Amino acid sequence: MEQPEQDVVTQTVSTHLPKLETTVRATSQTPGTAIFEVKNVSIYYGAFKAVTDVSLPIYENEVTAFIGSSGSGKSTVLRAFNRMNDLVQGARVDGEMTYRGADLYGKDVSATAVRRRIGMVFQKPNPFPKSIYDNVAYGPRINGIRNKARLDEIVEKSLRRAALWDEVKNRLKQSGLALSGGQAQRLCIARTIAVEPDVVLMDEPASALDPIATLAVEDLIRELKQNYTIVIVTHNMQQATRISDRTAFFSVLTDSKNDTRTGVLVEHGPTQQIFEDPRDSRTQAYVTGRMG
Amino acid sequence: MAAVSTQRTADLREPSGWRRAKNRLAVGSMWFALLCVLIPLGFVLASVLVKGASVISWQFLTSSTIPPNVLPANFGGMGAAVVGTLEITAFASVIAIPLGVLGAIYLSEYGGNRPLARLISFLSDVMTGVPSIVMGLFIFTVWVIPRGLSGYSGMAGSFALACLMLPIVIRSSYEILRLVPDSLRQGSYALGATKSRVTLTVVLPAAAGGLVSGALLAVARAAGETAPLLFTIGAVEATNSNIFSGSNTALSVQIFDNVLQPYTGAVDRGWGAALTLIAIAFIFMIAARLVTARFNRYSR
Ligand SMILES: Nc1ncnc2c1ncn2[C@@H]1O[C@H](COP(=O)(O)OP(=O)(O)O)[C@@H](O)[C@H]1O
Ligand SMILES: [Mg+2]
Repeated sequence: MEQPEQDVVTQTVSTHLPKLETTVRATSQTPGTAIFEVKNVSIYYGAFKAVTDVSLPIYENEVTAFIGSSGSGKSTVLRAFNRMNDLVQGARVDGEMTYRGADLYGKDVSATAVRRRIGMVFQKPNPFPKSIYDNVAYGPRINGIRNKARLDEIVEKSLRRAALWDEVKNRLKQSGLALSGGQAQRLCIARTIAVEPDVVLMDEPASALDPIATLAVEDLIRELKQNYTIVIVTHNMQQATRISDRTAFFSVLTDSKNDTRTGVLVEHGPTQQIFEDPRDSRTQAYVTGRMG
Repeated sequence: MAAVSTQRTADLREPSGWRRAKNRLAVGSMWFALLCVLIPLGFVLASVLVKGASVISWQFLTSSTIPPNVLPANFGGMGAAVVGTLEITAFASVIAIPLGVLGAIYLSEYGGNRPLARLISFLSDVMTGVPSIVMGLFIFTVWVIPRGLSGYSGMAGSFALACLMLPIVIRSSYEILRLVPDSLRQGSYALGATKSRVTLTVVLPAAAGGLVSGALLAVARAAGETAPLLFTIGAVEATNSNIFSGSNTALSVQIFDNVLQPYTGAVDRGWGAALTLIAIAFIFMIAARLVTARFNRYSR
């Protein structure tokens, strides 16, 4: 079933479109350690191949942005980093994905252990129907922290880092659902960093927010970069240029003969290079706004 | 000002004609449907109130012996049946609510598309359609008959009521659990929670109000059932506070017995029992509302 599809994709690439760039070019800045290595990864939902043959490294203490049109598999690849795709019935990852040298999809790897180190912020703010305090303390509590003073300290620190403390410090017992969209998203970021993850994955974290709240979240992301590695999906190219060190551009590959579509990684590199000197004509078209 | 006064006032009403007529028709039929529901309900409540209120007294509610049918309504009372209804329903709830909620949790959080989950879901739907008298017959056959006369007990009645409540609790709980947004589950998983954690600390608290009110509605429904008790609890006139042995009685059964009697005293006591039962069901409904409101305090 899958083999012919693969052939078709390769064929399409070689005949109709410019050659894919898959190797990292000399970068404008020297990258740190690669925290993730993705090699020839394809991801399926049942029989549907959502992304094909993605390879890229993610570097420590950098912000990597995933850009590209809808349906190109940005979220799918992002969710593969902390195994959120496990929750989708029929989802399957092919190829090699390592995190600090360990195979993320190895036999003895526990998805919960992975997710404690690799946190995620979602597109739509999803605070729990609990108090603001309990939202932030949720992660530490599932990690076994019960000490009240310790929890208080974590909650305050996380809310401060998420630039939300001053707005909520007098109403920590109120529902997390009573916050505005931007506040709720910062609460979700506080909740994520309260467990001190190594990596924070963000799937269009600002797309449901107004411009002011978006800027607040962007400032926050730049702040967080000091301590975390961040991978962020964004629809907004200005946002990618404002906050990211490195950019990966995804695109949809359509095969009209078999009527199949799949997401591919077209190009990745330092953000400045991707936007100012893209190697692939599709990237060029996308970043200059001539396409999707 | 001058400019404004020269302007014709805009006509923002719904354009006349077919659309307006359709609107009138729809609203009219809704009012009609509402009346169709309210009128019988009003008559039921009014007649129970009128005929039952005169016999209700503290003595009626607490008297431990139901007097012989020939005695007028101011003798004795339905205390024995009140106690019976409360204890039988309570024990049925103790059996059916935990089982039903756990079953719903399995179906919603763990079962997915597994054959076992589909089978349970199917059987519980079938069970919802089983007439309540069949539940009574079932317990009569498998529990009461093998034990002979000592088989009649409040507990046997509880078993029959529990059979009736179980599919209701499963269905209502399942629907409530499905209403918990997946984004909350995902948020919890993303923090490294295990499935049981997600269920216990996010899904159940988010659904608690709905689960409790669904359960209380099932309790209210069970409290009023007669058929499951007819063959299972036997008959007594005195309070039996031990549901595990000895025959028992309940308000619904007393209503059934009393209103068929040729004696006005007995019939009046039957109406009093009916009013008492409605009041008990009403209290459960109110409790369901209050509990839902209390649990939902974080939901906005
Ligand atoms: N849970 C899912 N089940 C089946 N198909 C999915 C699922 N999630 C995403 N897809 C499909 O995978 C493709 C890539 O989707 P996604 O990763 O969400 O793209 P993007 O985030 O770039 O918009 C799309 O065609 C989408 O329809
Ligand atoms: Mg997406």
